[in-house]
Amino acid sequence: MSFRLSYRADPGNPWFSWQYVRDNSDTILAAVREHASLTGRAVLIAVLIALPLSVLAYWFRPLAGPILAVSGVVYTIPSLALFAFIAPYLGTGTTTVLVGLVLYALLLIVRNVVAGLNQVPPEVGEAAEGMGYGRWGRLFRIDLPLAVPGIVTGVRLATVSTVALVTVGVLVGHGGLGQLIFAGFQNNLYKAEIMTAALLCVALAVVLDLLLVLVARLVTPWSTRRAR
Amino acid sequence: MTVASNPIGQAVVWINDPLNWTNPGGMLDRLGEHLTISALAVALGCLVAWPLGLWLGHLGRGGGLVVLVSNATLAIPTLALLTILPVVFASGFGRTPVVVALAVFAVPPLLANAYTGVRQVDPEALDAARGMGLSGGQLLRRVELPLAVPYLAAGFRTAAVQVIATAALASFVNGGGLGQIIRTGFGIGIAAGGGQIVAGGVLVAGLALLAEVVLGGVERLVTPRPLRRGRQRAGRPRPADATGSA
Repeated sequence: MSFRLSYRADPGNPWFSWQYVRDNSDTILAAVREHASLTGRAVLIAVLIALPLSVLAYWFRPLAGPILAVSGVVYTIPSLALFAFIAPYLGTGTTTVLVGLVLYALLLIVRNVVAGLNQVPPEVGEAAEGMGYGRWGRLFRIDLPLAVPGIVTGVRLATVSTVALVTVGVLVGHGGLGQLIFAGFQNNLYKAEIMTAALLCVALAVVLDLLLVLVARLVTPWSTRRAR
Repeated sequence: MTVASNPIGQAVVWINDPLNWTNPGGMLDRLGEHLTISALAVALGCLVAWPLGLWLGHLGRGGGLVVLVSNATLAIPTLALLTILPVVFASGFGRTPVVVALAVFAVPPLLANAYTGVRQVDPEALDAARGMGLSGGQLLRRVELPLAVPYLAAGFRTAAVQVIATAALASFVNGGGLGQIIRTGFGIGIAAGGGQIVAGGVLVAGLALLAEVVLGGVERLVTPRPLRRGRQRAGRPRPADATGSA
């Protein structure tokens, strides 16, 4: 247990090197692409599953408890264990990683969408019914648009944590940038490789998060108008 | 293929082999490592986050910092921190960097809950205490701290469960723990090691769920009954719920 810091000690193994980035730009780009595509697909699938689930939980109150409880239990299961359950059945392909990521993203999205739907004021719902909206019309015209802030919060949280979680896919050989981090670790602690991949990971999370904020602004023009 | 050929059957066989429990590097060894690493990491996190959170809450400042810390750690991949810290500590491999890395992930829920716990104290209670002549330090120790205990417990539960879950990843940097069983299984290959992989998964998941249930009970115990009901009715958002994944 020594706490000697080594960050300046080693000129042959710098924290960051453009040389490394230039020489390995193909590998790095491929890793970023895999990382982004895994994240995008996982969040998209999770949204497609989570929205109907949330609407179910919103329409039929008794279902809300079980839906949230089950996704809560899945969320508590450590990622490594989840991949360990899936891999023997689905093999060591991207499918395993995708399924794991989707299961994790589900809870974050469902919980926030349900919260968003529940905070739609009851007067608004009554007014909509009075205007003759049916259940579906009210859902698409009133409830979902008003729940957009909740949906966006859920999707943003899910996206950022999915970006971080993809790296665990190293276990089955599809970890995107995690692949580089792990390779750097095995390659005698090649700091430049570890650092580049880690920074790109965080950058990807930030970029995707900003993109989602932008999309949210575009689909809810009224929210910015009111703020002004 | 006389023995069960599906992964679950293989897992049952693997778990039922006493050697897999008692061997060096068997389940008992790994469980001990896992618990030691997790306990040290949570203790370290508490040592850093609780005083800071309580103090910031007492001052009523730094809410932005608390949110920033939570969001930043959410974006950092666990694997990156686990691999970078062994480089920072020249000791290279071993337990210290793993404990520190896990402690980093324990800090946000502990910090956020300590901060919220102090901030949610009824201002009238604070006024009354001040009127009785309590100084700032006494106020924190005798009024704010006791009233923040339920929040501290909630943060502790979230942090501990998360650390136990994340500790499984320590196996990637040869840090030991139950994750090592899964990694070894993948090392053998899915065809031969499928049972071991699933068995390791069951152990890791079981430990996390067990910790969640036990610490949830502890949280209920230390929350005085009137506060329990009050919190449910008021439906205060618990910041810890939003942070973290493993």
